[in-house]
Amino acid sequence: MSDKLPIAKAINAGLRAALESDEKVLVMGEDVGPLGGVFRVTDGLQKDFGESRVMDTPLAESGIVGTAIGLAFRGYRPIVEIQFDGFVYPAYDQIVSQVAKLHFRSSGAVRMPIVIRIPYGGGIGAVEHHSESPEAQFVMTAGLKVLAPATANDAYWMIQQAVQTDDPVVFMEPKRRYWEAGEVDLDSEPMSPWQSLIRRDGSDATLITYGPMVTTCLEAAEAANEDGVDLEVIDLRTLSPLDLAPVHESVRRTGHAIVVHEASRTLGLGAEVAARVTEECFYSLESPVQRVTGYDTPYPPSRVEDDFLPGIDRILDAVDHARAY
Amino acid sequence: MTIPVSASVESAPGADLPLVQLLSPEGERLQHPEFHFDGDDAAIRSLYRDLVMSRRIDNEAFALQRHGELGLWPQALGQEAAQVGSARALRKQDYAFPTYREHGVAYCLGVDPALALFRGVSLGGWVPAEHGFALISIIIGAHTLHATGYALGLSLDGVVGTGDPDRDAAVIAYFGDGASSQGDVNEAFDFAAVNHAPVVFFCQNNQYAISVPVSRQMTVPVAQRAAGFGFRGVRVDGNDVLACQAVTAAALQQARDGGGPMLIEAVTYRMGAHTTSDDASRYRDADEVEEWKAKDPIARVEAYLRSNGTIDQFFTDIAAEAEQLGEDIRAACHALPEPDLAALFDQVYTEQTDELKEQQAAYVAWRSQYEGVES
Ligand SMILES: Cc1ncc(C[n+]2csc(CCOP(=O)(O)OP(=O)(O)O)c2C)c(N)n1
Ligand SMILES: [Mg+2]
Repeated sequence: MSDKLPIAKAINAGLRAALESDEKVLVMGEDVGPLGGVFRVTDGLQKDFGESRVMDTPLAESGIVGTAIGLAFRGYRPIVEIQFDGFVYPAYDQIVSQVAKLHFRSSGAVRMPIVIRIPYGGGIGAVEHHSESPEAQFVMTAGLKVLAPATANDAYWMIQQAVQTDDPVVFMEPKRRYWEAGEVDLDSEPMSPWQSLIRRDGSDATLITYGPMVTTCLEAAEAANEDGVDLEVIDLRTLSPLDLAPVHESVRRTGHAIVVHEASRTLGLGAEVAARVTEECFYSLESPVQRVTGYDTPYPPSRVEDDFLPGIDRILDAVDHARAY
Repeated sequence: MTIPVSASVESAPGADLPLVQLLSPEGERLQHPEFHFDGDDAAIRSLYRDLVMSRRIDNEAFALQRHGELGLWPQALGQEAAQVGSARALRKQDYAFPTYREHGVAYCLGVDPALALFRGVSLGGWVPAEHGFALISIIIGAHTLHATGYALGLSLDGVVGTGDPDRDAAVIAYFGDGASSQGDVNEAFDFAAVNHAPVVFFCQNNQYAISVPVSRQMTVPVAQRAAGFGFRGVRVDGNDVLACQAVTAAALQQARDGGGPMLIEAVTYRMGAHTTSDDASRYRDADEVEEWKAKDPIARVEAYLRSNGTIDQFFTDIAAEAEQLGEDIRAACHALPEPDLAALFDQVYTEQTDELKEQQAAYVAWRSQYEGVES
């Protein structure tokens, strides 16, 4: 069976499946109950699973994640919603100093199967703190896994796979794509979430991206195609651990690597990808790895976000630059 | 397998506790053993004007959002008395730390409404020190610590408890019922208490944090929490501008005199949705909104003034002034300059770094390719 679902509804369906399949699974966060979350991702879940499994919490992110840790100690598998990217920082201490380290500190005796869902990224015309891309801060934190689905099918399956993971997973949801629909295969055994995937085959250069920028890169590839340039697009899917084998294989074929993300440039994911591609593909590279990213300013007022965020033009400029190198 | 809900969670905590009230919903003056409104009817007319103007600003901005001129607007409808009453207790040397909903406070302090922020052309919009009005905190609760720190600074500067009314200063921190759950807010209470900081914590309990009712946020009223930190908390009718003014004036005076912090819980109601993006029908009944309509903060002041000799002309004049203010706001909104991303690279640090200079140059060069080209 398959269904065409927007990403928000695909995650909702995935959460529903997770709640159904394991009674230890809980959903908790601000406004996740009767409101169904500000993006309606938890719509209807409290009605169907009750207030003890889908909990409206007090307005305190550190409290939410800290309490989830205690529930995990007790054998539960909490799925925590952080309302927006910019509101995760009150919970930063609990995530970085506690969630990420408990397994390590206990020599493996303690498991923290917590999923921290974060709608992230810009492009929605929001006020400040509602458009940020903090994923690298979690990727650089040892002990956390980080997933970033880009499609409805991945959203549906990866949220369930995240819940089944015995390590803590930060689950980055591409909020500007929430209402973009895609085919969801409700039956077939999904691929592992810990693998990256070639979304478009190409031979002239490799675009490496994830989350909301996958669609943008595919559009850029279509535009390039009209000019006779054939771009490969790789969706990383998992940001921690990174699965770069397909990237290396691709870059060895194309000779050019362009990393695209919304987050600022300095120490963004692009920096890590560039370093590894350089290590692994040095003799195949025909140009330095390019990065097309947000700038190193705080997220700007929304009226200029279109210039701040990587778009098709900037991506294609980087492709041209690489190919002309 | 279920989480028990404590008995008080079913109703708003403290619903049965007395409130300081100096003007009933019907417009009758009431006496309180401790708190008194000092002003005469002219002062009440002046507060009435502030209330009407505040509501007008809010309504105009709401309309601007509906016409696509603003990305978002958080309405303050129904909370005007709490905002005007408290703000009119401030002196020019005092300082306020607001949230995104304090449009009435901004108006009283001479700050233009936060249209630029909600239009997406600016992240600020005013110079805080010029008005004693900090930038809006969208991050819930963070600024209560800033208010406390500012208050510590006042103590360090020796402008507390000197007895000079033009010098002694205090701080007011605005926050919501939901915010009271944040660690930062509770840390602010503690820091203020142990340091005897001249700060007034002003909580507008408008019964909701987005969809979450106050009964799911706490089991004792916010005001009562102050006792646990070692200072006084007072509950006041947040729709009574006289009571809000009187209690805040007393709290600020205590702070300026060196008497330390105080917590005020202004019990009010968010008449609108959380913001223009919210759909309140998903979590609350229309009946509840109707009930609160009868406690409107402006109607009661008008009722009082009319039955005590204020003539029609006054109300007509205020209405005309509000109309003009609405027009001015519309015009000001349309006149807001568009931001320039290139200029923003200069604002990250006091001095531009080389890295940012390069990124700025790259951006400007990239953009110039498209200049004059319609996208
Ligand atoms: C740290 C943080 N978490 C979550 C949010 C999202 N959010 C914005 S307003 C709000 C509710 C605030 O409720 P309350 O403190 O009662 O103030 P009110 O909106 O009622 O004025 C929430 C959860 C935020 N802005 N900041
Ligand atoms: Mg509130």
